[in-house]
Amino acid sequence: MTALIALVRKDLILYINDKRALMLHLLMPVILAAFFGSLFGGGSEAKTSKIEVGLVQLDQSDSGKKIAAGLKADSALTIIELSDAEAQAKVRAGKLSVAVVIPAGFGDAAAGALFSGRNKPELPVYYDPSQSTMLAMVKGLLTQQVMQVTSAAAMGPKGNLTTEKQLAELRAEAAGDPSKAQLSEFLVSLKKFQDQRAADDADKEATAKAEGKPAPADAPVGMTMPYTTQDQALSSGPKYNGYAHSFAGMGVQFILFMGIDMGVGILLARRTGVWNRLLAAPVSLATVLGGRAVSGAIIAMGLMCAMFVCAMLIFKVQISSVPGFFAMAASFSLMTAAFGLLIAAFGKTPEAARGIAIFATLIMVMLGGAWVPSFVFPAWVQQATLVVPTRWAVDGFDAVTWRGLGLDGVLRPIAVQLAFAVVFGGIACWKFLRDQK
Amino acid sequence: MASVLLSVNQVSKSYGARKAVDGVSFQVQQGQTVGLIGPNGAGKSTTVSMICGLLRSDSGSIVMDGETIGQGPSEAKRKIGFVPQDLALYEDLSSLENLKLFGALYGLKGALLKQRCEQALALVNLADRAQDKPATFSGGMKRRLNIAAALLHDPQLLILDEPTVGVDPQSRNAIFDTLETLKTQGRSLIYTSHYMEEVERLADHIVIIDHGKVLADETPAALYRRLPAQAALRAELAAAPSAALLSGVQALPGVTGVQGEGNALDIGLADAAHAPAVLAWLAQQGTPLLHFATAKTSLENIFLNLTGRSLRD
Repeated sequence: MTALIALVRKDLILYINDKRALMLHLLMPVILAAFFGSLFGGGSEAKTSKIEVGLVQLDQSDSGKKIAAGLKADSALTIIELSDAEAQAKVRAGKLSVAVVIPAGFGDAAAGALFSGRNKPELPVYYDPSQSTMLAMVKGLLTQQVMQVTSAAAMGPKGNLTTEKQLAELRAEAAGDPSKAQLSEFLVSLKKFQDQRAADDADKEATAKAEGKPAPADAPVGMTMPYTTQDQALSSGPKYNGYAHSFAGMGVQFILFMGIDMGVGILLARRTGVWNRLLAAPVSLATVLGGRAVSGAIIAMGLMCAMFVCAMLIFKVQISSVPGFFAMAASFSLMTAAFGLLIAAFGKTPEAARGIAIFATLIMVMLGGAWVPSFVFPAWVQQATLVVPTRWAVDGFDAVTWRGLGLDGVLRPIAVQLAFAVVFGGIACWKFLRDQK
Repeated sequence: MASVLLSVNQVSKSYGARKAVDGVSFQVQQGQTVGLIGPNGAGKSTTVSMICGLLRSDSGSIVMDGETIGQGPSEAKRKIGFVPQDLALYEDLSSLENLKLFGALYGLKGALLKQRCEQALALVNLADRAQDKPATFSGGMKRRLNIAAALLHDPQLLILDEPTVGVDPQSRNAIFDTLETLKTQGRSLIYTSHYMEEVERLADHIVIIDHGKVLADETPAALYRRLPAQAALRAELAAAPSAALLSGVQALPGVTGVQGEGNALDIGLADAAHAPAVLAWLAQQGTPLLHFATAKTSLENIFLNLTGRSLRD
């Protein structure tokens, strides 16, 4: 026991004395987690960022102005009015994702095409091909505004002239087409509705004039969205915090890097003769390996805790289950230590082992969802990555932070980490013993 | 008669088809210093690794104070101190922390560990550098700390595998002072080297090993008796010696051998007392004698005599 404690103590002193390692394993993940966290929505109080959209307003009609006003009022958009040339230049330069042109006469033409389906006006939309997802979002919001304004124009009292014109065209075509005859009947009813609205508005205007009051505004008519959404972010505990996932991901990545350093350290010790000197003492290979594994696990645990203390203090990340977090961190730390032993067991030289191990680690953390959350992966990738221990590690830390689960919610990730620790450690010990013979 | 501390019996070790150690046997008595000499690749380090339990022998046995040594944490290992050829130190731990670690590996702790660390540092003249890291030490100081780390548990047998590699003459002398102190304390030593003068200075008994086999296992005096020449005379002439001159020298009383090398003559003598007569004869031969030197024969000559080649070949 004295020997084991001495070996562990030695490794801890060496690690703390190594400022470069501390910098790499502690400061770098905090900086990168802060960066990625801000990209993925930041803290729970952060507002959703708006999309900047260029607007070329060439339609000075009532409908055109209403469409522009509706877009400006949308909380998801920041509208920047531009000339056509400016809009094209900004999109080409990548300074704007999307720009919309409302051509002259667009509003009236759209209202005219609402029921007839003919002579649909074109609405030019310029977009940056690298930001095609923005195009879909802006088109959705634009459709909402255009439909509201054009349907109001078509169905309101001032739309009766358009309706009359459409009726005249339809009557000429309706003779041999029953569907056009039905549309004609619908437009006759609409015309009556518009005439009645016009008469009501004229009465209200006359009454107001007699009383010396200003004319009342037109009551809104036309089609509106038939629903409103009630948005609720759901998790079992604290509100979603983008930093929580980023700290989990970066923590897993950089602690695995520490595991690589640990394995490479053993290879260096074997090269320099320190390893043989340790084994010349009356201690078993298991004690020497165990000492390295225990010290590696303690360092990994300390790093993960330090990172999450930063996350809690600076980025308001909440831990929903302290026992769950510690159990998760301990199991991941053991897996990391076993991973380090595996590198040492199979590495031929420190240089070659470091290169291969860094490559393998980067693949593991990428598939594990450490860089971007695994839920953005295609379904088959989400299934396939369940064989990677990092996937379970990141999911486990997510579970006890922003998902708000307790110890029972991380039992499977913990079991998986321990299983990988046993497998990695077992294979490493077998190889060490084989080499010793 | 001193008792046997270590007994190496017909030990062999192969790496694939290559036999690194082939039936090596020798013994170390209590208080004895054994020099294990041979050229690089002779099998010295492999033999030492098996004695320290770092390698398993293919056949044969190694018995330390009555207990067979194998791999694993055997009690016999507690009786051995090992100074490896490579520096086995943690450069970023202080000297004291290094010693504490190696002491703890042998079960030392508390006040006893502290006392042993202080004693070991004092023995190798590094007491004032206890808090300094080996990274700041010279090569010789690191070698001395390497020796100190092997002495903490007060081993009965200290094995030093080429402990002076890469060390300047001053540090080499400091290391020898330390080893001579240990020798006077009655500690047994195995000293491996391919520097004959180092082994001659320390060893009571010499084991010469080459190609994995023991060529000689005797006291230095017995080894010297094997040589026909006990002294050597080197003479530099103004011109290359002729065959007639070589034959003439060979025929002189007390000359055991002669060899020409450029303008020089290497002459083996049964005794150094024959040197004046040989020099007088050379002076009469008409070829001016530019320079001469006499020397006692060395282990180098013994190795040459045994193998037909130099230790450093």
